[in-house]
Order: sequence, then C-alpha cells, then structure tokens
Amino acid sequence: MKMLKTRKLMNAGLALGLLLAWSLVAHAATSTAEQAPGRTMAQQATRDKQLWITADHSKHEVLQQTFTSGPEVTRACLSCHSEAAKQFHKTIHWTWLDPNVAPEERVGKAGLSINNFCIALHGSYPRCTSCHAGYGWKDMSFDFSDQTKVDCLVCHEQTGTYKKFPAGAGNPAPKTMVFKGNNKTYHPPEWNKVAQSVGRPTRKNCGTCHFFGGGGDGVKHGDMDSSLMKPSKELDVHMGIDGKNFDCVRCHTTDLHRIAGRTYATPAATERKSLVEDDTIAKITCESCHTDTPHKPGSKPNDHTDKVACQSCHIPEFARVNPTKMWWDWSRAGQKKDGKPFKKKGELGKPVYFTLKGDMAWAKNVKPQYYWYNGSITAITANDMVDPGQPVQINMPVGSQDDPSSRISPFKVHRGKQPYDKVNKTLLIPHLFGKKGSGAYWADWDWKQALESGSSKAGTKFSGEFDFVETAYVFPITHMVAPKEKTLGCTECHSGTDSRLAHLKGFYMPARDTFKVIDFAGWGVVLACLAGVLIHALGRIFTKGNGRKEN
Amino acid sequence: MAGQNNNLKNIYLYARYERFWHWLQTVLIVLLLITGFEVKGLYSLFGFQTAVKVHNFVGNTWLIAFLFFVFWVFTTGEWRQYVPTTKKMFAVGRYYLYGIFRGETHPVPKRKDAKHNPLQRITYLMLAAILLPVQMVTGLFYWGYNSWPAWGLSGLSLQVVAMIHLAGAFAILSFVIVHLYMITTGHTILAHTRAMITGWEEVEDLDTVEDWEVKTKAA
Repeated sequence: MKMLKTRKLMNAGLALGLLLAWSLVAHAATSTAEQAPGRTMAQQATRDKQLWITADHSKHEVLQQTFTSGPEVTRACLSCHSEAAKQFHKTIHWTWLDPNVAPEERVGKAGLSINNFCIALHGSYPRCTSCHAGYGWKDMSFDFSDQTKVDCLVCHEQTGTYKKFPAGAGNPAPKTMVFKGNNKTYHPPEWNKVAQSVGRPTRKNCGTCHFFGGGGDGVKHGDMDSSLMKPSKELDVHMGIDGKNFDCVRCHTTDLHRIAGRTYATPAATERKSLVEDDTIAKITCESCHTDTPHKPGSKPNDHTDKVACQSCHIPEFARVNPTKMWWDWSRAGQKKDGKPFKKKGELGKPVYFTLKGDMAWAKNVKPQYYWYNGSITAITANDMVDPGQPVQINMPVGSQDDPSSRISPFKVHRGKQPYDKVNKTLLIPHLFGKKGSGAYWADWDWKQALESGSSKAGTKFSGEFDFVETAYVFPITHMVAPKEKTLGCTECHSGTDSRLAHLKGFYMPARDTFKVIDFAGWGVVLACLAGVLIHALGRIFTKGNGRKEN
Repeated sequence: MAGQNNNLKNIYLYARYERFWHWLQTVLIVLLLITGFEVKGLYSLFGFQTAVKVHNFVGNTWLIAFLFFVFWVFTTGEWRQYVPTTKKMFAVGRYYLYGIFRGETHPVPKRKDAKHNPLQRITYLMLAAILLPVQMVTGLFYWGYNSWPAWGLSGLSLQVVAMIHLAGAFAILSFVIVHLYMITTGHTILAHTRAMITGWEEVEDLDTVEDWEVKTKAA
C-alpha cells in the first residue's frame, strides 16, 4: 500500500518535473546573453583616446614655412604623403560622381543628379562647391587632375578654426570678409597653426559639410545635423560624448582615402558580414560589430534581423534635437516685402518662408517612413523623363520583400515643388546663385532666365516652358541610434490600427494583418454558440426540466 | 444536493492522470486564447511582447504534454472511448434538444468503460485527432517561422498558416463555450465539474450497459 502511494507520488512528480524541465530549457537559452565579439573589439578600439598616430605634425619643418594659400599647404603635405592626392582624386569626395557608373552618364552631384533642395550645382558652383574638399571649383573648367587643389585641411585640421568661405568655391576667405547669406564674418586661416594640427578626422571635420548639407543645419539628412558635433548618448548611443564618443570614421572606415558608407546605386556594404567573420571589412554596417544576432540568444528580435534593418527599431525618430526640413516649395519663391527679400520664421525657429527659396516646413522628432531596401538607391537625372501628373520620386530605395538582401529600413522623405520642363517632361536645373545680370534667380528673380542659364551651364535641354511639380527625395536614416531603452516596441508595427508598416503590402504580419472572412465567420460561430447555450439554459430554467430535482 | 435520488451511485470515472490532463489543458487553453487574441491585436492585456512570449511557451508546453497524452491514450486502451458510433446518437441529440426540458433521463449514462456518449465521442475525436493537432502543428510552424528554410518548408505561406491557426482558435473558443455550458447539464449543475475534480461521478444506477457502449474489443 505504501509502495503504491509512493509510486503515485512519483508519477505526479514526473509529470511536474517534465514541465519544469521544459521551462528550464526554454529559459536557459535566454539567460546566457553574451556580447558580440565585434562589439568588444570596437569598445577596445575606442577606449584609449590618446593620439594613436606616430607623428607630431607640429614638429615637421615643412609645415613651419610661411603659407599664404591652401594649395601651398597641400604641396607640403604631399612632400611626405606622396600618394595621398592621387588616392583622393579617385574618391567620390573629389569627383562628386558615382564611381560605379560610367562618367558619361553623369550620375552624381557633379553630373546631372537632382535633388529637391537647391536642385543641382550647375550655375551655382562657388556656393555649392564651398563643401568640395578642394580649392577653386568655380566652374566647369576646374582641373580635377591638379594634386595641389586637394584640400587636406578641411578633413584633417584639428584646431576647429579652419573655415571655407560659403561662396568661395572651396577656398577659405582670402581676407576678412562678410558673407551676405548669413551676415557672418570669415577670416583667412592661420595656415601654419591649422597645418600643424592635422590628425584623423573627427566629427567636427566631417560635420562641417555633412551636418549642413542643403545649405544649412539639418536641412537635408534628418539624422545628421550640428547636434551630432557633441551629442548626448540619448541622441546617439555610439557618438554620445557621455558614452562611447565614436568619431564618424570609427564606422566609416577608410581605405586609401576611400571612405566607406556612401550610397548611390552601389550599397555601402554588399555583404552582411561581421568582424567576427572577417576582420578586414569596413565597419560600416551595424552588423559589422553587432553581428546579425545581436539580441539575447533565442529572443524574438534576433528573428527580425533577416527582414528588418537594425535602424528601423533602434532609430524611433530622427531630428530629435534640431529640426530638419521636410517641405520646400520653390513655386512660392520671389515674394517681396517693400520690394525686398524677406524671411519669416516658424515655430521651430527656422524660416517657413524665404523670398529666395519659397515655402518651407520643418519638423522635429520625425517618425521615419519605411521601405524595402537592399542598400541601393536609384535616382533620376535631369535627362530622365518624368510624369508630372503625379509627384515625382527623384530617388527611391531599391528592394522588395522577395529580395533576400532587402530589409525594411527607415527613411526621411523630403517633399517639395520644383521647376520642370512642360514640353520635354524633365526636371530643370535653375541657376540660383550669382551676380545681378547673370541670370541667377537669387539676383534677377526671373525663373525663365534662371532655368535657361542653369540648363545651358549643365548642358541640358530647356524648351522655355516650365511649371512646378511636386517631388519626393529619400534619405536613408542610419544615425541617431537611440539607447536600447528607447527602441521601438512591438506594437509600433504589429498593430492593426496604427502600424508604422501599414503601407508595406504583400506579406502577412501578425497583429497588423487579419483575415476578414475568418474573423467574420469565427465571431459568428462564437456568438451563435453563446446564443445557443443561452437559449438552451433559459429553456431549462423555464421548463424546469434539467435541474428539476428540488434542491 | 446530490444523493437525493436513490437511483444514483458513485463510480470512479476519471483517473488521476485524466483529471490532471484535463485541468492542465484548461489552464493552457485559457492562457493560449487570452494571449493569442492579444497577439492578434484584439486588446492589450499583458502587452504584445509578453503575450507573444507566454503564447509561445504555453503552446510548446501543450505540444509536449499532448505527446504524453497520446502515449497514455494508446497504452491504456482509452482510445476506444473515442471510437465514434452512430448508435443512440439521435437519441442523445433528441435528449439535449427536447428530453432535457421534459425531465427525461439521459439515454446514455456514463460508465467506467463508456465515459462518452455518441455526441461526445465524435466531438472529442474531432477535437483530439483533428482540431488540436492542426492547431499545434500550425502553431509550431508559426513559432518556427524563421527556421522554415532549415526545416525544408520554404514553400510554406505564413499567411495560410496564420489563417488556419486563427480559424482553429475560433473553433476552440466555440468548443469552450459549449463545453462550459454542457458541464452544467448533469443531474446537478456542478455534478460533472465535481467528477472532473474528484474523479467520482454520480450516475444512474442501472444494472447493465448495452454492448455497444462497452469498449470496442480490438478485432
């Protein structure tokens, strides 16, 4: 009898034990969270912030001579760094052309690529090329083979005092000058001081141009603006000065002056590899350091990395400190107050109207838009026909849900209205910046003249008839990665009512999608059952049939 | 309440494992329904992430526990309780639609070797042999979505799997509603519930059970 009881207890114990064992197995996987080795390597590499190059440039005699211009400094640099300019000449920073497309197709800023900001650089050279890492690209005659025209300093000087004049075609102010566009005074550089300060580029070097793309702070990218000069960890978990304090080049690794990360038709990275698999790769993707299973082993987020880019969840919003421009309507430009151009500031302290530019809209804490993206962006040029009957998509992420290398990725979409040729059905390039009488819109205020002048300088056709068409331009969002506590929750996307991915069709997503017929039929059957048992119960109560026995 | 009818006698109907299995399933099914409909987006209770985790864990638990049930049902011969029959099916149907309101006695009282009436037999067979396995298999596939290529299931459509799984969930919910009601139709409201807790059921004291009700002998 006692034996029997023991056995029964053992049986019950066995059943419970099995359940317990299963629950342990299920949880054991999640409790051994280890950090990816690539991440550890990156942390080690950034721990020591001391000078890690072997030279102190202030001790080099060649940099102690008297300089009066940039090219003189460059010549001195090249006396030791003999191959630097030749290397740099091959990069997109110099050519402003997509290196993977035949030059005659003219894809790139220096070609016929178009955006919906200042549209294109032709005819506005000295203003646009103030962000060229070179000296003197003031027109088409610029000699791209001249090694001394490379501006080493803008990327390498570390004093923070070196500034290119905003309309100087890449040259700093030759004498103390005021730029009318912003009423700021620009001084010539102290050449020796800046030349002797050179080192590895910091956030400030890159940010000088890249944070101000489109002619002002935060105009273009949305995930890059001056707030990243000294960001908090909250704004960018990698670059935060209270955190890892990464410089741009920590991820944008460099190989013979080619800097990883530029995205035209060719992806920034064609393979999804981590340093764990190959330590010679550029650390340009999240996965380079974090691998494609960066979350706790066995956790659901790891299952997402095949179809969802890291950025989609880890950058919940962009422009979290400074506003970014979201709308730019050129058709409204040219209105004057008392015969003079004027600016009207909006709520965010940014102009919502400017005579030179038209209507503009700015936004902060912007939720990205999401597209399938394989790392490649396709774009039209000024030669491509467009359909003015609908908003023109100037560039577009390439990818689809059927493409295994595509993932759902976040983008800023900048919209606006800009001139197009009503006859040729092409987007037009205006001449914006220039002197009175040059045809420049910002001097002569005549669109037709500006478009004629711009087109002729760009070498594109203009029929003489133009109007304005709505356009959209995308920027991949990849900076301003938030701390993990700020990561998007599941229901930001897995929601039937306000999913961030509501517009991405063609695949099933739990909670976002349902089956109307099954829902209808399912609830119908459930309600019928409820009604049935209710009627049956009432029947029993009133007939006192079952349960009839008095109690 | 009970025992006032002299024709009643207590029989030990449900073994301990059966009762354990029944109540374990009750807990698992309730948890799965609650979390499942939350994952579907019907309401927010645990929070989506927790709901998914609980649903996955409970679903896998059920699957494993179900394998033990399958083992039990075949090794004990209890599978014979699920062999469907049409005999007296009409009588049972008539009883629930009519007789029950007239105070008639159940045409097929429970016996140790005939726990299920013909309607229960067909219902539980469909449940245990079709609905639950379909739900478990679709659930397993759903859960293992990322492993489909490794499992050689690349051709599978998540949409189809999810659709079947949802339809199954509605079927189970409907079953639960009717089941909850049917257990009140014993000779007292709680008689069947008591039996599933203690194992002892009060049944009509009849001397004989008709042959067909006795476990089908293996041929």
